[in-house]
Amino acid sequence: MLNKLWAGMIIVGVMFGAFTGKMPEITNAALDSAKEAVTLCITMVGVMSLWVGLMEIAECAGIIQAASRWMRPFIKWMFPGVPKDHPAEKYITTNTIANILGLGWAATPAGLKAMEELEKIEEDRRRGRLPGIVRKRGIASNEMCTFLVLNISSLQLIPVNVIAFRSQYGSVNPAGIVGAGILATMVSTLAGIVFCKMAEGKQGS
Amino acid sequence: MHFFLFLSDFIVPFVIFGIVLYGLLQKVPVYDRFIKGARSGFLTVIKIMPTLIGLMVAVGILRASGFLEFLSSGIGKVTGLIGFPGELVPLTVVKMFSSSAATGLLLDLFKEFGTDSYIGLIASISMSCTETIFYTMSVYFMTAKVTKTRFTLPGALFATAAGLAASVVLAGFMQ
Repeated sequence: MLNKLWAGMIIVGVMFGAFTGKMPEITNAALDSAKEAVTLCITMVGVMSLWVGLMEIAECAGIIQAASRWMRPFIKWMFPGVPKDHPAEKYITTNTIANILGLGWAATPAGLKAMEELEKIEEDRRRGRLPGIVRKRGIASNEMCTFLVLNISSLQLIPVNVIAFRSQYGSVNPAGIVGAGILATMVSTLAGIVFCKMAEGKQGS
Repeated sequence: MHFFLFLSDFIVPFVIFGIVLYGLLQKVPVYDRFIKGARSGFLTVIKIMPTLIGLMVAVGILRASGFLEFLSSGIGKVTGLIGFPGELVPLTVVKMFSSSAATGLLLDLFKEFGTDSYIGLIASISMSCTETIFYTMSVYFMTAKVTKTRFTLPGALFATAAGLAASVVLAGFMQ
């Protein structure tokens, strides 16, 4: 996808520039942007090293396990169809917490595992071993939809990247958007939860 | 709102303090772990450097050609009706597909309008409350071998729209 998007941007840019007579500007922009990307990465190296280093301490201290206990009632309420102590529950919890903490590398593997486990639950439903609506293979279950909407609604508490970018581009208070970001994330997540609960309710569970 | 501005000032020092203290209490060799993590963070950034160069060049060309302005002013006439600046539409749409391409556009907005301008603030907040919808859906559903995704897409779009609306309102308060 990025192949087409990237080529598209360059082709449209150069062609549009040719018509508007902006060729010298395009030359400068291409060279300057390449230089700038490197400068930016130097800032990013500092901030990301600091952050990932801190998160390594947190992970080693067992913060994911500790937070899982707090998270459990919420996950149970969001996914009533997942049987008690099913592995899916553990993976969903880990993925959610890793997303909240911004641990992208821990979130994705757990998220993919969660999807596999949710598919196993579907298989058990098809065989009549678990209660719930029986759906054909290839159709998403309520749990899968809800899990993904929750995931996509963004749960991140501290957007480290955005803070680093803001500091590189001269913000007087790079972290000043954290509070607003948390509030906006809460709004989007809440909207996602309400939507899923309504969508699930509409066809009975 | 005061609470959240207060939170912005305190959260980073508090998180650093909290993690180090919690690590000590759990008897983690904190400095050794920090160095190990920092090394992996360092390598992550170095690894994304070529991507960032490629995307920033593409966005730079698009901006210099005048196309982004042309596009934004066109779209802005429509989105302006609901109070959403047209300059942010390319960023919002691209973010649904690719996080790194969105980064290129985000940086361009910071350069063009400033990080603490109205547009810069909306961009900052909205980037922290939205995700790459289509990318995430395709990867996750591929794992579960699902092709009919039912209410996932409408739900994700609804949540994203709510987040964007909140970003616009909050940026208005912060100005």
